[in-house]
Amino acid sequence: MTEVVVTLNGEEATIPGPASLAALLEHLGLDPRAVAIEHNREIVRRAQLASTPVAAGDTIEVVHFVGGG
Amino acid sequence: MDIDTPFEIGGRQFRSRLMVGTGKYAGNQQMVDAITASGAEIVTVAVRRVDLDRSREESVLHHLSADHFFLLANTAGCYTADEAVRYARLGREAGFNEFVKLEVIGDKETLLPDVAGLLEATRILVAEGFTVLAYTNDDLITALRLEEAGAAAVMPLASPIGSGLGMLNPYSIRTIKSRLSVPVVVDAGVGTASDACIVMEQGVDGILMNTALAAAEEPVAMAHAMKLATEAGRAAYLAGRMPRREVAVPSSPELGMLA
Repeated sequence: MTEVVVTLNGEEATIPGPASLAALLEHLGLDPRAVAIEHNREIVRRAQLASTPVAAGDTIEVVHFVGGG
Repeated sequence: MDIDTPFEIGGRQFRSRLMVGTGKYAGNQQMVDAITASGAEIVTVAVRRVDLDRSREESVLHHLSADHFFLLANTAGCYTADEAVRYARLGREAGFNEFVKLEVIGDKETLLPDVAGLLEATRILVAEGFTVLAYTNDDLITALRLEEAGAAAVMPLASPIGSGLGMLNPYSIRTIKSRLSVPVVVDAGVGTASDACIVMEQGVDGILMNTALAAAEEPVAMAHAMKLATEAGRAAYLAGRMPRREVAVPSSPELGMLA
């Protein structure tokens, strides 16, 4: 598999690709049910993760819930 | 004896009028124990980037089951309406409900709300189907505007976030409560049990706190105290306090004294 360079949570990252967002989460070891994804500023619903491709230069944010008031 | 009405926000009933945050605890077990001792059902959480250097790091969801708690995502740390809307949307996607505790902060020093941004974000999120609980200052006009904008609950502060100063303006809190139709939940500023009790004695619908528990010497014990204080304050409000008098009135009969 080749690689693509994306901006992942604000940092440049080299990830296996082209691949889907679902594959990216798997690569990162993250459970899709515990995170939310923004892909180029658009939220991607969980059901769409497998069908959303990641391309070189994309900006991806992966967030989850942390302690807060 | 239970003469209270159900506590309801956005068409949903909750078993406790005390809501708690999940931040600043020494550890996850202490957080879970404190929240359990508080009896709270609504529990706030923040939305942040996953730390990918420690990608196995657990989300707070790992410790708080959505079966037992109602997780309320906040927009803490947001300084513009756009930013708060973005965080609210992410929170909805990461979470389990349409509720958001909306914060648009205007000043780093005091963490006081930016009410213009708050109103703007409330309108946008209500139009998108969110149930907005708006963290605001203790200003009646802002509270009224938030209600008009469609907020499901208005959350005036007792005093600044994390300050532990207690309720600085009971008059404002009572006025807001008396003028709004939506629930009023006092959010932020209580430091100890008596603060929570006095807040609830104003007749507000609920109270939200985080630092008062997490920064107590014994968070779990303080959580228990806050549960009792919230219930006591609510019960005293429903009971209706005696009028204040600036003269003494004896409690024992004046008749029948020895000559």
